[in-house]
Amino acid sequence: MIQVDQKLMREELISFIEEQKKKKGPLMPVMQKAQELFGALTIDVQELIASELDIPMSDVYGVATFYSQFSLEPKGEHIVSVCMGTACYVKNIEKIMDKLVDVLGVEPGETTPDNKFTLEPTRCLGCCGLAPVIMVDDQVYGRLAPSDVAGIIVGY
Amino acid sequence: MKTLQEIEQIRAKTLKEIDVRSGKQGVRIVVGMATCGIAAGAKPVLAAFEEEIGKRSLSNVTVTQTGCIGVCRLEPMVEITAPGKDKVTYVNMKPDMVKKIVAEHVVNGNLVKEYTIGYFENNN
Amino acid sequence: MDIYRSHVLVCGGTSCNAAGSPKIFEKLNVEIKKAGLEKEVKVVKTGCFGLCEAGPIVIVYPEGSFYSKVADKDVQEIVSEHLKHSRIVDRLLFKDADANIITSLDDIGFYKMQERIALRNCGIIDPEKIDEYIAFDGYKALGQCLTQLKPQQILDVIKDSGLRGRGGGGFPTGLKWQFAKDEDSAQKYVICNADEGDPGAFMDRSVLEGDPHAVLEAMAISGYAIGADMGYIYVRAEYPIAVQRLEIAIEQAKEYGLLGKNIFDTGFDFDLEIRLGAGAFVCGEEMALISSIEGFRGEPKPKPPFPAQKGLFNKPTIINNVETLANIPQIVLNGAEWFSSMGTETSKGTKVFALGGKIVNTGLLEIPMGTTLREIIYDIGGGIPDGKQFKAAQTGGPSGGCIPDEHLDTPIDYDSLLSIGSMMGSGGLIVMDEDNCMVDVARFFLDFTVDESCGKCPPCRIGTKRMLEILERIVAGQGVQGDIEKLERLGKNISISSLCGLGKSAPNPVMSTLKYFRDEYEAHINGKKCPAGHCKALLNYIINDKCIGCGACKQVCPTDAISGDKKEAHLINQNDCIKCGACMDKCKFAAIDKK
Repeated sequence: MIQVDQKLMREELISFIEEQKKKKGPLMPVMQKAQELFGALTIDVQELIASELDIPMSDVYGVATFYSQFSLEPKGEHIVSVCMGTACYVKNIEKIMDKLVDVLGVEPGETTPDNKFTLEPTRCLGCCGLAPVIMVDDQVYGRLAPSDVAGIIVGY
Repeated sequence: MKTLQEIEQIRAKTLKEIDVRSGKQGVRIVVGMATCGIAAGAKPVLAAFEEEIGKRSLSNVTVTQTGCIGVCRLEPMVEITAPGKDKVTYVNMKPDMVKKIVAEHVVNGNLVKEYTIGYFENNN
Repeated sequence: MDIYRSHVLVCGGTSCNAAGSPKIFEKLNVEIKKAGLEKEVKVVKTGCFGLCEAGPIVIVYPEGSFYSKVADKDVQEIVSEHLKHSRIVDRLLFKDADANIITSLDDIGFYKMQERIALRNCGIIDPEKIDEYIAFDGYKALGQCLTQLKPQQILDVIKDSGLRGRGGGGFPTGLKWQFAKDEDSAQKYVICNADEGDPGAFMDRSVLEGDPHAVLEAMAISGYAIGADMGYIYVRAEYPIAVQRLEIAIEQAKEYGLLGKNIFDTGFDFDLEIRLGAGAFVCGEEMALISSIEGFRGEPKPKPPFPAQKGLFNKPTIINNVETLANIPQIVLNGAEWFSSMGTETSKGTKVFALGGKIVNTGLLEIPMGTTLREIIYDIGGGIPDGKQFKAAQTGGPSGGCIPDEHLDTPIDYDSLLSIGSMMGSGGLIVMDEDNCMVDVARFFLDFTVDESCGKCPPCRIGTKRMLEILERIVAGQGVQGDIEKLERLGKNISISSLCGLGKSAPNPVMSTLKYFRDEYEAHINGKKCPAGHCKALLNYIINDKCIGCGACKQVCPTDAISGDKKEAHLINQNDCIKCGACMDKCKFAAIDKK
C-alpha cells in the first residue's frame, strides 16, 4: 500500500515538474510541492527533483538546507509551532515553551517518540494582538497562560 | 473591461449597494422598519424614498432602514439627518408624502413642517 | 442588485481568525437565516480592522456599532436584539481606556487620530469582491494611467509625491522606478516584496488580506511606468489567508481584463504570479529575494549592479514593499501635492505601525509621518496596562533599536529615528515596560539574527555569533569587565563590513540599548543583578512576611523546593528552586518577591 502511494506521489511530482519547467525559476515551487506531497525532502526525493529539472543535486540540497520550512526528515503528525516573535517574547512565551517541553517530553525542534507531535519554534505568526501565541497545525491559540498548555495538547 | 466608463459603471452600481457603510457623511434617510412600522405601512414608504432618490440620482444620500424608533403610535416614522443639522423626524408617513420631502428637505434643505413630529403632536 | 438595510462586518484578519471569527461568521449566517433576515442583512468578511486586542470584532452598519471580543454565544443576541429589534447590545460594545461605552466606530480614540491611505479599504470592503474595490475608486488609477498618462508623467507624480519605500530602507520610490525605466531592455520585471519577516510587524499581511486589489493595481501601474509586462508577488508561506485572497484577486482581475493582455484596449500586457517564501528572513533583502525566486539559496549579492540594472533573471527589476504599493493608486488619483502635504520635510505621507507588546490597544494603525511616539503610545495605544511604567519602544525589529522615555516626543520619520539610534523598518512597534530586561531584549534580537544570518559573509556569520555569546554570558550572570567595550567594538565592525542590510543593522539592538540602558548592562556585570527582575540566573524567589501558610505555592512547585507547615510561613530552598515562577503566579497574598 505504502509503495503504491509512493509511486503515485512520484508520478504526481513528475507531472508537476513538467508543468513548472515551462516557467522561469521553477525550483522553489517544485520543492514546496514535494514537501507537501512527501512530508519531507528525503535524499531520494531530492535526487528525483535534480534529475527531472536537470540541475546538480548539490543545488537542490543547498536550497533544501537553506530554508527553514524544508525538512530533510519527516515530522510528526501534528506540528506545534511556538511563536518566537517580539510581542510574544515580551509577553513571556518562554514560559509557554518550557511548559510544552515539559508536557511533550521533547526539546524544541524534536518529534515525540510516537511521531505524534513535532515541537517547533517559529517566526512571528503575525497575531501579535493575541500574544503569547502557539499554533497547532493551522489552529492558533492565543492569550495563553502556562496552565492552558496541557489542555490544548490533550485535544489532539 | 476596456474603458474607464465601464469601471465607473461598476463603481456606481456597487457603491449604491454598499453605501450603507459609508457612515455619517451626506444626507441619511432612515426608515423605521420594526414590526410595528412595517405593520403601519413602512415598506411602501421605504420603496418610495428609494425610487425618488434613484430617479433624481442624488449622490450623497443614503436610504436605509432601522428598527424601532420608539413611538409606535406615530409609525411609520422617518428620520433624516444632514451634516451640521439636527435630526428631523417625520411621522405618520405615507408614500405620497415622500416626493415633497425629497424635493423640499433633501434637495433644498427646507423643513416640511406639516409632516414633522412637532406639528403632528400639536395639531392632532 | 439587492439593497440590504444592514451590513454586518466580521473581521477576517489572522488575529481575529485565531480568536474565532470564522465560527462567528458562520453562526451569524445561520442565526440571520433563522430569524428570516437573510434578505435584509448581509454578512461580510473583511480584512483586519486593526484593533486586534479586541478581537473577534464585529461591526454592524448603518449604526457603525463596534462589538469587541464577540463570543459564539453572543451571536444570537446580536441577531435578535440588534438586527431584529435595533437594540444595540451595550454589553458587547468596545470600551475605551476610561471604560466609556462607545457606540460608533468614528468615536473610538484608536481611530480618531488616524489617517488611512494604505489601510483605507481594510475593514470597509469585502476583499474577495473586486466590485467593492472598484466601488471605492479601485482600478480607476490604472485606467487613467493607461489611457491618459505617459510613463514619464506617472514617474514624475510618484517622484513629486516624495513617497519612500515602506519596507525599511526608505529609498525614494519614484527614483527607483526611474532607474529601471531608463534601462534599455526588452524584458523588465516588477516584484512585490510581501516577505514580511520582522517579528512584530503584520501590516503587509493586513493589506494583502483586506485590500489585495490595491497591490495588484499598483503593480500594473508600475509595470506600465517602467515598461515591464510581468510581475511576481513574493509572499511568506506563513500567511495562508493572504495567499488565498491574492489568488482570488488575481483571478477576478484577469476575468475583468484588468490583468492579462491588452489592458484597457491600450496594447499594454501585464501578468502576475505568486511565489511563496520558505521561511528565510534574509529573503526580505531584495537581492536575496531575487535569488530565491530564481530558485537558489536566498543569499544577497554585492551591489552594484542594482536590481534596477540587473535584477531578476538578470533583467532590470523594481522591488516594492506591499505598503508602498498600496499608496500608489491613491497618489495617482489625488496627485503628488495631496500626498506631500502630509508628513514631515523628508518623509511624506503616512506610515502604518503594528502596535504590540505591553500596550492597551494592540493593533494596526496608520498615522501621518511626524506623529510622536508619545501620541501613538498614549493617545492611540491607550498607554501601558496594569499601571506599569513605560521603559522603551522598539522599532525596526531586529534591525532597529530601543527608544527610551526621553525621546518619546521625537516626531517619527525615517531620519529622526535613525538619529536616535533606531530605524523605521517595516513598522513594528513593540512597547516594553519595567518588567522587560533590556539586556535580554538585545540578546533576543541577536539570537534571531544569528539564526537568520545566511552565512555568506564572515562579519555577520561570525561576528553576530560572538556578540550573542557575550550577551548570553551577561544574562547568565557571568559577565566580566570589558564585555561592554568588546560588544561596542564588534558592533561597529560588523556594521561597516557586512555585505547586506541584515548584517549592517544586526548590532543596532545592542548598540541602542548600550546607549540608553547602559546601567542595566553594568548591573548585570558588576552587581550580578537584573534590575527588571527578568533574568532567571540573577534572581531569587523569596517568601516575605505576608505568607499565611496556605500551602498553595507548595502544591504547584514542580521541584518540591518549598517547605513549611500549614498556617506557618513557608520557605523556598534556593538550591532546588528552578525559578519557574509558578509559586508567584499562584500566591494570592503577594507573599513572594522576585529579587
